Amino acid sequence: MAIEDDVLVIGGGVAAVASALAARETGARVRLIAHKQSTLRQASGLIDVLGYHPEGADDESRTAPISDPFGALDAVPEGHPYERVGEEAVRGGLDLFDDAVGDAYAGGHTDRNALVPTHGGTVKPTARYPAGAAAGLASDERDAFLVGFDAVTGFDADVAADHLRAAGVPFDVRGATLRFPGDLRDDAKLTRYAHLLDQNDEIEVDGQSRPAREALAERVKAHLGGHERVGFPAILGDAEPAGVRADLADSLGADVFEVPMGPPSLPGMRLSDMLFEALEDAGVHVETGNPVVDVEADGDRVDRVIAEHTATRVPYRAEQYVLATGGLVGKGIRSDRERVYEPIFDLPIPQPEDRYDWFEEGAFDDHPFARFGVPVDRETRPLDADDEPAYENLRAAGAVVGGYDFAAEKSGSGVSLATGYAAGTGAGERA
Amino acid sequence: MSDAETPDDYDVTDDSPAATGDDEFEPVQVFPESEDMDLRPGSDDCYKCSTCDTNCPVAEVDDDFPGPKFQGPEQWRLKRKDDHDIDDSVMKCSNCMRCDSACPSEVPLSQMHNTARGSFVENQMDKLSPEYIRNRILSNYRTSAWLASKVPRLSNFMMNFGPARWVMEKTLGVTAERDFPEFAEQTFREWWVERGGAQVENPDKRVAYFHGCYSNYNTPEVGKAMVEVFEEFGYEVMVPDQGCSGTPMFANGMLDDARRHAETNVENLVAAIGEGADVIASCTSCSLSLRQEYPELFDIHGIEDVSEHTYEALEYLRIHEDLEGELDGSEVDFPDLAYHAPCHARNQGLDGQAIEVVDRIDGVEAEDVGDSCSGISGTYGWKAEKYDLSMEIGEEMFEHMEDAEGDVGMTECPTCAMQMGHGTGYEIRHPLEVLEAALVSEDTSSA
Ligand SMILES: Cc1cc2nc3c(=O)[nH]c(=O)nc-3n(C[C@H](O)[C@H](O)[C@H](O)COP(=O)(O)OP(=O)(O)OC[C@H]3O[C@@H](n4cnc5c(N)ncnc54)[C@H](O)[C@@H]3O)c2cc1C
Ligand code: SF4
Ligand code: SF4
Repeated sequence: MAIEDDVLVIGGGVAAVASALAARETGARVRLIAHKQSTLRQASGLIDVLGYHPEGADDESRTAPISDPFGALDAVPEGHPYERVGEEAVRGGLDLFDDAVGDAYAGGHTDRNALVPTHGGTVKPTARYPAGAAAGLASDERDAFLVGFDAVTGFDADVAADHLRAAGVPFDVRGATLRFPGDLRDDAKLTRYAHLLDQNDEIEVDGQSRPAREALAERVKAHLGGHERVGFPAILGDAEPAGVRADLADSLGADVFEVPMGPPSLPGMRLSDMLFEALEDAGVHVETGNPVVDVEADGDRVDRVIAEHTATRVPYRAEQYVLATGGLVGKGIRSDRERVYEPIFDLPIPQPEDRYDWFEEGAFDDHPFARFGVPVDRETRPLDADDEPAYENLRAAGAVVGGYDFAAEKSGSGVSLATGYAAGTGAGERA
Repeated sequence: MSDAETPDDYDVTDDSPAATGDDEFEPVQVFPESEDMDLRPGSDDCYKCSTCDTNCPVAEVDDDFPGPKFQGPEQWRLKRKDDHDIDDSVMKCSNCMRCDSACPSEVPLSQMHNTARGSFVENQMDKLSPEYIRNRILSNYRTSAWLASKVPRLSNFMMNFGPARWVMEKTLGVTAERDFPEFAEQTFREWWVERGGAQVENPDKRVAYFHGCYSNYNTPEVGKAMVEVFEEFGYEVMVPDQGCSGTPMFANGMLDDARRHAETNVENLVAAIGEGADVIASCTSCSLSLRQEYPELFDIHGIEDVSEHTYEALEYLRIHEDLEGELDGSEVDFPDLAYHAPCHARNQGLDGQAIEVVDRIDGVEAEDVGDSCSGISGTYGWKAEKYDLSMEIGEEMFEHMEDAEGDVGMTECPTCAMQMGHGTGYEIRHPLEVLEAALVSEDTSSA
């Protein structure tokens, strides 16, 4: 016996979730197995579809942010995941996403990219952003005040404000660095702040004990001036960020927003939790904690895959499979001194013979390694060395797919959603 | 399993020159096993993303705890260079192992914590301190339970007798806030002997039941359910002699104690495996210990064999039987359940299965109360200085339990069950009891 389903999705990031939800919508019985937590927990929580033109476009248009990502889809080079699955899948993936997160995210009202200020003071073109970041958009003309905390590294409010001014945002922006009330240790964990604010625990300030949200607002108020909106690093609660923001806004008499941060990222963690809740609501069976390590094939069909539960080997069977194990960071693609490889199915990954050709000279050049991944056909089936589908019932989605550079294009989550939608729908319909 | 290499000829707890083959044993050497148990690859894999820190339930509530990234790879690196002491904060880690499953880079965090704690206790802790004595008593629960089970009624009375609890709190730091678990009138093993051992013989389908301390002394109904369900599927159940799985000992850095028990367990389980059995546990911390912590920490002949043959009970049936087919159409009258997945089930990838299985049975509704930690983490929540933190960690789970439809809890872990009961007043059941009601009991009431 094995554990049996119609569709088995391997992975635990945006791509896997989108695949599982899409497959589930076709009525298939779906299981998702993920090894570790996804890169989502380190990502900003922004859902980028296409922020900059991919390789192939001329240099000038590559430096300007894209305002209409859908309009730019036609220009992606052959082999790029968006070219493989087409605009319909990009829209399908975003629809899945919007349904899954509901009003916790904004941006779905328009095809155009929003411009979201980030922790470094850059402005990022993105398709969907957390509701908590909404009051911070760079297209909004209200003056903004940014608050940083000494102990929260990775966000220097003054520097971020300087950068934003230099970027020419259409409003005045100032920053100040304060001490978080209650004297937490200097390297207190992000979750410690979030927990304090969620629970609104009493904290000691000047010998007086008062609720955390109130104490924080009090401290910020003294610096506020006439600013109409206040940006905090993204530490404002984990379980109920909306409540924390509302309370702070009330006490401050100003709108409150969160500035997306680098890893580790609370918005990324909240998103990951929401997506897993959506899986549960949709009736997808989810197992996390063990890697899939092996495959048993029957001709050109995957018959079963083997997961390693600590040291025991457990077989899983399905009609259709989706591989959504991520790229080099997610461990869906691995490398050693000899080669870059896909560890479960050993799918071929095009790569220069000589590993010194994996990189270009300059840090910001087009590095081949950034686009490493499995090539897929238009049904997202990974191709073998002869450009034929490696298995008729295996599809791939997300960062394990090659042919795009998510960091340069700002397309990470968008590609995961689009390929996840295509792979999941295809798998579900054939299961 | 971690990337780190396991020791090949000695374990971390036996520091005698003969055992180490190293006659220049350096008593303050940190991680004394480091030449043989090379955690370096694991440590080098850390790229400081801090995902582990954001998953640590203790760091979330305790401002003095620097978190898993420091306890694991950073401290490990630091200690290799200088002959620093191990930071005493390592004793605040509850060994929930959440950091372990979180790390995207497969850094063997819990293995690092376990070895660091072992070394801290061995080299830096005062063996006469109340804390050491308390930890030793708590982690050797099996010994106390064995004694107590001889006179269960008296023990039940004494253990929760006010003045005695007051003394325990004041002198030993065992919180008086909690009720000690009740000892059963008849232990599981006594029941096993009384019924005449196995009632199914089957050379082709055999399992060796690792019941652990708790289902032996405190909840024999779980052990009985396990036996009856497996016999229903035609398995011959063996019940080898056994000690403690070691879980509470790892968490308290008592690696010598743990090793002693591990030796007994491995020897007896290897013998059972030799007779064709797989090893089954009903407690997820026990199965995790046998599967993962044993080979990570000890080198005992046959230990890998035990690791490779160990399963959690439901998991085993899902793999080897058509459990769903059997359950489809079954009907029981069981109260609605609020299910909490123990951290150690999560670590084995078993966090979703109880709900999935129970969902097939008509007449039971089980709802997952979310992925927070229960907060008790074995002996952690029994320590007077940790009690409040433990309840703060558990708060989210309590709230979700109250929100859930059912007024009865369900979990695989005995200490999580204690915490769930303590925080909500609910009665707590084990998934195997639900299976027994669906598959075995003639009388399908919730008895
Ligand atoms: C630091 C960082 C910041 C980023 N910021 C942004 C951003 O701001 N906006 C944006 O849109 N994108 C961002 N991205 C990119 C985005 O997170 C990824 O491109 C994309 O979403 C990848 O998703 P995925 O689901 O394909 O893979 P991943 O998120 O990498 O997930 C892979 C999953 O597969 C699991 N897995 C791997 N191997 C196995 C196995 N053998 N068996 C079972 N499971 C396995 C992993 O444990 C993991 O859960 C960022 C990425 C990083 C690393
Ligand atoms: S999660 Fe792993 S890689 Fe990230 S900081 Fe922790 S140990 Fe290092
Ligand atoms: S085992 Fe649990 S308590 Fe210990 S460091 Fe890891 S996450 Fe924190």
